[in-house]
Amino acid sequence: MIRFILLQNRQGKTRLAKYYVPLEESEKHKVEYEVHRLVVNRDAKFTNFVEFRTHKVIYRRYAGLFFSVCVDITDNELAYLESIHLFVEILDHFFSNVCELDLVFNFHKVYLILDEFILAGELQETSKRAIIERMSELEKLE
Amino acid sequence: MNPFSSGTRLRDMIRAIRACKTAAEERAVVRKECADIRALINEDDPHDRHRNLAKLMFIHMLGYPTHFGQMECLKLIASPGFPEKRIGYLGLMLLLDERQEVLMLVTNSLKQDLNHSNQYVVGLALCALGNICSAEMARDLAPEVERLIQFRDPNIRKKAALCSTRIVRKVPDLAENFVNAAASLLKEKHHGVLITGVQLCYELCLINDEALEYFRKKCTEGVIKTLRDITNSAYQPEYDVAGITDPFLHIRLLRLLRVLGQGDADASDLMTDILAQVATKTESNKNAGNAVLYECVETIMAIEDTSSLRVLAINILGRFLSNRDNNIRYVALNMLMKAITFDDQAVQRHRVTILECVKDPDASIRKRALELVTLLVNENNVTQLTKELIDYLEISDEDFKEDLSAKICFIVEKFSPEKLWYIDQMLKVLCEAGKFVKDDVWHALIVVISNASELHGYTVRALYKAVLIYSEQETLVRVAVWCIGEYGDLLVNNVGMLGIEDPITVTESDAVDVIEDAITRHNSDSTTKAMALVALLKLSSRFPSISERIKDIIVKQKGSILLEMQQRAIEYNSIVDRHKNIRSSLVERMPVLDEATFNVRRAGSFPASASTGAKPSVSLPNGFEKPAVAPLVDLLDLDSDDILAAPSSSGADFLQDLLGVDLGSSSSQSGATQGPKAGTDLLLDILSIGTPSPAQNSASSIDFLSTADINNNTSNALDTLSSPVPPQIATTASTGMFDLLDGLSPSPSKEATNGPAYPSIVAYESSSLKIEFTFSKPPENPQTTNVQATFINLSPNTFTDFIFQAAVPKFLQLHLDPASSNTLPASGNGNITQNLKVTNSQHGKKSLVMRMRIGYKLDGKDVLEEGQVSNFPRGL
Repeated sequence: MIRFILLQNRQGKTRLAKYYVPLEESEKHKVEYEVHRLVVNRDAKFTNFVEFRTHKVIYRRYAGLFFSVCVDITDNELAYLESIHLFVEILDHFFSNVCELDLVFNFHKVYLILDEFILAGELQETSKRAIIERMSELEKLE
Repeated sequence: MNPFSSGTRLRDMIRAIRACKTAAEERAVVRKECADIRALINEDDPHDRHRNLAKLMFIHMLGYPTHFGQMECLKLIASPGFPEKRIGYLGLMLLLDERQEVLMLVTNSLKQDLNHSNQYVVGLALCALGNICSAEMARDLAPEVERLIQFRDPNIRKKAALCSTRIVRKVPDLAENFVNAAASLLKEKHHGVLITGVQLCYELCLINDEALEYFRKKCTEGVIKTLRDITNSAYQPEYDVAGITDPFLHIRLLRLLRVLGQGDADASDLMTDILAQVATKTESNKNAGNAVLYECVETIMAIEDTSSLRVLAINILGRFLSNRDNNIRYVALNMLMKAITFDDQAVQRHRVTILECVKDPDASIRKRALELVTLLVNENNVTQLTKELIDYLEISDEDFKEDLSAKICFIVEKFSPEKLWYIDQMLKVLCEAGKFVKDDVWHALIVVISNASELHGYTVRALYKAVLIYSEQETLVRVAVWCIGEYGDLLVNNVGMLGIEDPITVTESDAVDVIEDAITRHNSDSTTKAMALVALLKLSSRFPSISERIKDIIVKQKGSILLEMQQRAIEYNSIVDRHKNIRSSLVERMPVLDEATFNVRRAGSFPASASTGAKPSVSLPNGFEKPAVAPLVDLLDLDSDDILAAPSSSGADFLQDLLGVDLGSSSSQSGATQGPKAGTDLLLDILSIGTPSPAQNSASSIDFLSTADINNNTSNALDTLSSPVPPQIATTASTGMFDLLDGLSPSPSKEATNGPAYPSIVAYESSSLKIEFTFSKPPENPQTTNVQATFINLSPNTFTDFIFQAAVPKFLQLHLDPASSNTLPASGNGNITQNLKVTNSQHGKKSLVMRMRIGYKLDGKDVLEEGQVSNFPRGL
């Protein structure tokens, strides 16, 4: 199960933080800081997995953005790596050529997309098209 | 109006914040925005509400406090429109979590929205519930969610399925309600619903054995068929990832098969074909394919034995291990750790590759590989693997040395074929990574050295050579100092030369140089210095010719900033100076340390001893069996090795050690009780130091006194045990203490071991209400008292809305469990009980005290009673 998902830039600014387990506010900040420290300096050739406390973080870097997913130690790392990529593809589709600024100004939409993609720490939908269609339906309601 | 269309103020605010050059500027902008939002919240204008909350969420993401917006979320959720609800729910998930009490207020809105006619609103509510619901909400809303699993719209079905996963995780009792609905989801064609349904089934199988049985019987074949269908399906652009149709669904199906097959040969049998197909047919040149293969291997290894499949699985792992992609190698290492349990040989074949992985620049891989290597070691390959690891230790990163050296020590200790080899390897580790080695490791080394009498000479010479080069490795220095102190004479005389050694010439002065270096070096820690001081005392007798020089070094320590060092320096100086006649017997070589006892103690004390150090090795069976001066030697050794070894550690440790010694040599129990008395006198005589000296350490003096008491009167001693001894001491030492008593009195009192019983008290009594407290203590934790409060209504009317509140001073911690009821029947016809847990951080010093307030309704009128309880029994 996914514990939390973080989207951070290289400076460590959090662009999205979604927690599926309850954490204190201060603890969240600590987690965000620590995860950033863990992933930011890793060589591109290294594995995309780092052990983090009693869990592990699967991360992937896209340009200046780090997508980090914290999962249970027994989870399938490669599968989560693949889901990060799927999420990025969905964002890319939705914002057509997504960049960090899109995510900053439309953070609430990013959360909305994520809520259509993952729920209760588990994958909800694997079809890019289904999510994009759902998003346009939701946007019509605004 | 849409708050997010361009030109609205959310965008402006984000721009303004992004335009800030400094953090101070940003803070100012945020402060101003927050002030505006607060003002608007106070006006309570529904029009701007969702825009404000959106702004607050952004501010929250930047890390500023936004709790004042929590109630706004609830208002938005309760409002009728979708856009408002959407922002409200988003805010709910971001700003709140399941532990906040505010969340309880939202349960009702959620219930309404789950029944809403607009399916998008239902979707929002399900999403929020799935992400943050608490156990209570789960209970309240489970029926709604269960119903929604069968909703016509697939978007709702899949959300409801995942929401149910969260619900059964929070409240496992509810699992059986969902079994049928979950089974129906497995027949879905829609991938989104199917994947969530599979997830729900998997979760139910983990939680509930009956559910597992049910799915195993009814659904195994269906799941296999679904997997076969998607594996064989034609190209579907919507779900295709690198040539594989929906790898995510593949993986979840394989995982469900894993729990269905585990422990059930029939189910395992059914799935062999499809697993073999997935394992052989899946493309392995892309990550998606490897993810599926990886999951497939894991399933093959978990289900009941089908050896041909396992060969297949091991081969896949072998291929993974030689993959160029680090991620793939990482998962291979991970999986080989599981494979080792059923096919050790197959994994051993990859030993060389795995050893290479230990040296990988990537810490994640190194760590995995190291763990795997530790599992690979056996009696046959231990020498070779250890050599490889130690060679690598020399060149590895500093931050990896700690893990690596710990693992090497573990391997060496576990599989060492002979003592000489063990000592050699440990010395190498200490030379390379001595500063990272944990206390119990070098303690164990000293015990082994002490037991290997034929190697004493060899060891002390090897240590001497090593410490000259690696003097910065703290633990190496400690072991060297101890050995030189004990076996200094063997060092200078080249006693017990082994064939493999080169002869060296070491003068007495050289040996003392090493010790002097250790004691004067500014970065030696206090343990090392203390050990060096004892070594000096021992050498003063072993090397009489230079005892003057040794004395000078000891005298210098009179100025040490550590009190213990000062005191011991004075004492040792006086031994060297004035008591030459008994000195040699005083500092005799330590008797062989008892390995068995040490191992038992180590096993027992290891987890707790990480910080203070177990330090038993050096002092353990300190020769109580020796007559005459022995008690004195003992005292000195205890002082020197135990107290000095960790001057900062608490008296409790010391006490434990002292008692541990008694424990260790049961024959000497009577000696132990008389020993300290005689020893004290002797010590006084010999050292001509005033009374305070032996009693310097308060803990030790208490202990001596109470053991003396025990001599006189056992029951008295029990009293002293239960009251004045500080709590930690009582707990840690209790076993030792009672052992001691066992030896003395034939019938040690039983209830004392179970913790004393305390009388019940009437905590409060008024004309209408009586409160009684009964007490119990968990034996493992004397600081904690469980109080059961019983409330009795003395009036002729029933109390309703009864609530009991209590407050305690700072040194106490209070935990109230819920009361058994909130209605108190009249005239004592029944009562309410409530459990309280009080933790007293000043246990033994202060007794409990509590203020309480009782509120209830009597004939519809509120009544408040207050009181203070100060008549708690002593010793709680």
